[in-house]
Amino acid sequence: MSEPSLDKLARRDLSSRDLSRRKLITTGLAATAGVSALGVAARLAQNYGLVPPDHGGIYGLGETLTYASQRLLTRHSLAREFARSQISKPPFANEIPPFNDAFRRLQAGAFADWRLTVGGMVTRPASFSLDQLKSYPSRSQITMLQCEEGWSYIAEWIGVPLSHVLEIVGVHPQAQYVVYFSIDPEWWDSIDMADALHPQTFLTYAMNGGELPVGNGGPLRLRVPRQVGYKSVKYITHLTVTDNLKGFGKGLGSASPEGGYAWYAGI
Amino acid sequence: MISHPRFYWGETGNDLTTPLFKLPIPASRALVPTGYGYMLPDQNGWSRYLHFQAAWVVVFTGLLYLISGLVTRHFWKNLFPRRSDLSWRRFSISIADHLRFRRPTEAEAWSYNLLQRLSYLFVIFVLFPLAIWTGLAMSPAFVSAFPATVNVLGGQQSARTLHFFVSLTLLLFLLVHVVMIFLAGFGSRMRAMITGRAGTRMERT
Repeated sequence: MSEPSLDKLARRDLSSRDLSRRKLITTGLAATAGVSALGVAARLAQNYGLVPPDHGGIYGLGETLTYASQRLLTRHSLAREFARSQISKPPFANEIPPFNDAFRRLQAGAFADWRLTVGGMVTRPASFSLDQLKSYPSRSQITMLQCEEGWSYIAEWIGVPLSHVLEIVGVHPQAQYVVYFSIDPEWWDSIDMADALHPQTFLTYAMNGGELPVGNGGPLRLRVPRQVGYKSVKYITHLTVTDNLKGFGKGLGSASPEGGYAWYAGI
Repeated sequence: MISHPRFYWGETGNDLTTPLFKLPIPASRALVPTGYGYMLPDQNGWSRYLHFQAAWVVVFTGLLYLISGLVTRHFWKNLFPRRSDLSWRRFSISIADHLRFRRPTEAEAWSYNLLQRLSYLFVIFVLFPLAIWTGLAMSPAFVSAFPATVNVLGGQQSARTLHFFVSLTLLLFLLVHVVMIFLAGFGSRMRAMITGRAGTRMERT
């Protein structure tokens, strides 16, 4: 076999160097495009409200991906509803923290003095008694409450849709979140407007045809059936409508991330 | 799992209902009647964050692996059993070889044997998809948009129980895999896995 000519070798060498340079340029361009695409995506996500308040830290990326993709997929979808025969009997009530004096006083008066105050970015801040809330058209849903621990139960939840109360107080158009507070000062949370205006998000005051038992969050519990149980905060006394969660607690959107749990719990 | 080491079948399950089975471990929450007088430390918060972030890593690397496996024909070339291997005789020979811990011959060792191929295919095309599916079936938001994901499994608690067994099987696969790597020579196998080249052949020639 004859040796390849020097000329041929040189040409081959040149072309391979050429190729590698071309490769380098395309890789560089692709990397630049990738990084700018990420930047644009982050900006768009921010603008469309697809970034959760606890997006910082090492788990922020995963949380943002989960929240953003589920917001896009589930903005209007309804939580599964069950047949009356599927209601868990006997009803299950999980462990509840010891009640504070304020709660005990109200409980002694059969919750007649319980108030739900609504403020923040609303036209007509208001205070509602339980009787007032019960005077509005009531809705019921047979949905599952599933705890992040692993257990679950199905109940019929009866109450007034949160959207109805928000309509009464007149929410400003720039509102983005509803922050809700329990009578237990350690327990507060927030949801975005997609969940706040969702037809199954209830201010719940009754369950399975009777009063809402204290063990299940009575006299007033916010039900958010498309998220895990801890978002359905018990003993609600106050709502604040806002466009920014920075001013609440550590700015992570709820007490959950402060205790190590995700703000968005649609999982 | 540790916060509620009880497993159920169907839609719902809690302390008041009969479990399918219980894990014989103490729980990390006071609520669960385990029979133990003490609780394990509770680590649910950050471990949930980690779990769901890791789920995205699985989805993205899985997609990348699937696409590259199709493009490079890796699945056809190396994983699907050869036509000649598809017989009960070959299958029983392979099982017998494994049971006798017979080391493969030099020639055989350069490709995956029948049992290896079948277990890899099972992990890639059955276990991982099932883990993702049963996981999504537990998400109240996801199933609100796609209720069939959980309904065909028989309910949310069924999905949790299946997720537990699928994860356990994956863990078992990982452990056996790691043990075999140690037995086969940790350094050379790790090098081969990371670079995609078998180093030992070079050394021998």
